[in-house]
Amino acid sequence: MKMNGARILLECLKKEGVDTVFGYPGGTVINIYDELFHFKDIKHILPRHEQAGTHAADGYARVTGKVGVMIATSGPGATNTVTGIATAYMDSIPMVIVTGQVPTALIGNDAFQEVDIIGMTRSCTKHNYLIRDVRDIAATVKKAFYLARSGRPGPILIDLPKDVQIATAEFDYPEIVEIRGYKPTYSGHPRQVEKAVNMMLGSQRPVLYVGGGVVLSNAAEELNQLAHRLSIPVTTTLMGLGAFPGHDELSLGMLGMHGAYCANMAMTHSDLIIAAGARFDDRVTAKISTFAPHAKIIHIDVDPASIKKNVRVDLPIVGDVRDVFIKMVKQLDKHAAKADEMVENLKPWLEEIAAWKTKQPLEYVQGKNTIKPQYVIEKLRELSDEDAIVSTDVGQNQMWTAQFFQFRKPRTFLSSGGLGTMGYGLPAAMGAQAAFPDRQVIAICGDGGVQMNIQEMATLVQNRLPVKLVIINNNFLGMVRQWQELFFNKNYSQTCLELPIDYIKLAEAYGAKGFLATKPEEVEDVIRKGFSEKGPVIMEFKVAREEKVLPMVPSGASLNEMVCNA
Amino acid sequence: MNHTISVLVENEFGVLSRVAALFSARGFNIDSINAAPTNEEGITRITIVTKGDEGILEQIVKQLNKLIDTIKVVDFSDGSSIEREMALIKVTAEDNNRAEVLRIVDIFRAKIIDVTAKSYTIEATGDPQKIDAILELLRPLGLKELVRTGAVAIGRGAKGWRG
Repeated sequence: MKMNGARILLECLKKEGVDTVFGYPGGTVINIYDELFHFKDIKHILPRHEQAGTHAADGYARVTGKVGVMIATSGPGATNTVTGIATAYMDSIPMVIVTGQVPTALIGNDAFQEVDIIGMTRSCTKHNYLIRDVRDIAATVKKAFYLARSGRPGPILIDLPKDVQIATAEFDYPEIVEIRGYKPTYSGHPRQVEKAVNMMLGSQRPVLYVGGGVVLSNAAEELNQLAHRLSIPVTTTLMGLGAFPGHDELSLGMLGMHGAYCANMAMTHSDLIIAAGARFDDRVTAKISTFAPHAKIIHIDVDPASIKKNVRVDLPIVGDVRDVFIKMVKQLDKHAAKADEMVENLKPWLEEIAAWKTKQPLEYVQGKNTIKPQYVIEKLRELSDEDAIVSTDVGQNQMWTAQFFQFRKPRTFLSSGGLGTMGYGLPAAMGAQAAFPDRQVIAICGDGGVQMNIQEMATLVQNRLPVKLVIINNNFLGMVRQWQELFFNKNYSQTCLELPIDYIKLAEAYGAKGFLATKPEEVEDVIRKGFSEKGPVIMEFKVAREEKVLPMVPSGASLNEMVCNA
Repeated sequence: MNHTISVLVENEFGVLSRVAALFSARGFNIDSINAAPTNEEGITRITIVTKGDEGILEQIVKQLNKLIDTIKVVDFSDGSSIEREMALIKVTAEDNNRAEVLRIVDIFRAKIIDVTAKSYTIEATGDPQKIDAILELLRPLGLKELVRTGAVAIGRGAKGWRG
């Protein structure tokens, strides 16, 4: 059937199983929006800023495992998506972003609302395409979705000039597309797996270090089986929270710069680190020359470029994490007696870890007068639904949520880990709520980050997305203030966000409800009231102004040189 | 340590930009870069000479392989390859120097491709060390302009890059 490029694009999205898109109209996408007007099979959610729309597509992708889709116009519309694209790129989130472009004849002419978005996003997309011929749309969209969701997932940008959207062609969705230069390895090599299992059975102080890759690979169950088969303790990165149940006896919690004392000590004293779907980021390794000095390292990752990038690796296994875990468990079944023996032999190691937990637990003191931010997080955990989805913004609010919320299931924690984008929390929650209208979705933000995409309150109300927006308000740019306190003589340069904002009025201005707690005894009540509201709510908590996130591994220190009291 | 790497890529719009951007974004240096079509339609060969230790080289190769447009990366560091470069060299040559220039050109089996009363333009081909050597000898005589292509390389033996 012959149709215009804009319609072909929508039909392609439908073929790829897309039922929800985020987007913001403009001159070079008005043709797409005209087709969308009659296109019943795709729901469109309009944010109030393209950055928020991109974060929403990102949040949607993180909770569903599907490819998130964002449509933006050319020029400023496209540039507004760049932060969101870079956020998704750093965390390997499957997304397709379609930007309008000026007509092909005007490209390179400094036309109205023209930017070289392909050039700008080259380094923050997994790949990008400029379509010059309407007959190429179908194959390009198919390739884009394939690339977005396969191997190491990532954002793909498609730049679509206006005249290509207007031109017509037969709609013919290809069965297969071939990309010569792209053949990801999913199957872990059996010999490597065998070697790894032997190393595991021979170790005395093993640790499983897992990251976002375990969530992306949907390998939480297999991880659980593997960990419990041998009784190996598990620590997760920020991106891996939820991949292993936080309340499990083998859980060490998060490791790294603001990780738990026992997790960092376990890594430092370990004789075998089994890294899966994690990339030894600098927030985790701290000083590389003294990182895990006694450990051999097994590194399982679908992206070979991640292996040996930062640390020496003794046994690399390129492959899909879930595939490798399944193979490992099968291999262990062949050595059942040795495996059982190991569960016994690891008891001293687990006791050593328990001692670290007792010596330095994650703690805070909730007094009578001022609300402690950690208390709010714990209360939220206590009173929220079993399958609640939580997004965070960036900074202290993010770290306290990671430390105290205790995630138990994958795809329930959304946070900008790699890029650390302030303003992520609210729109990401918006995207998650669009994916699961009936689940409880909570966005935990600081007073700094929440202002960056506060305009999305309008989107929440208009689309009936009942996100619970929690504002941890210390009237500071908290994390930066903490560094200024510890390392810059308390020179609070440009980090005081003193202006008192009436968030209740703000919520009501958008047609939502607002609640405020200023004393510890009001916290539970505000949470209960907020949670029982049918529509979107803002719950503001005025908290202790100069609370610090601890423990902390300062710049230049080793992972075990944590500051626990300051 | 100098390394010569060839990347065979899809001849897609912007592919050279992608490869060059990869190097600059990750802080890898490019000493020289050369791009041209191959005998297979739609496939371009980009040859890069870069510097770095083993660890850096391994990362460069892995990151290049990660690019969607990359079909194959050939690392010529192990010595089983032939490297060649071409240079077009304009030397000032007057009176007493003219004979010396001709002698050097003859020794290096280079060619004179342009001549005036005051200058010679020379075409020299050879491995990069040979080019460096001829330049070292010509420099004291007066180099007016130098155009080098950067090294290209091909594997020894009967096999092509596909095997």
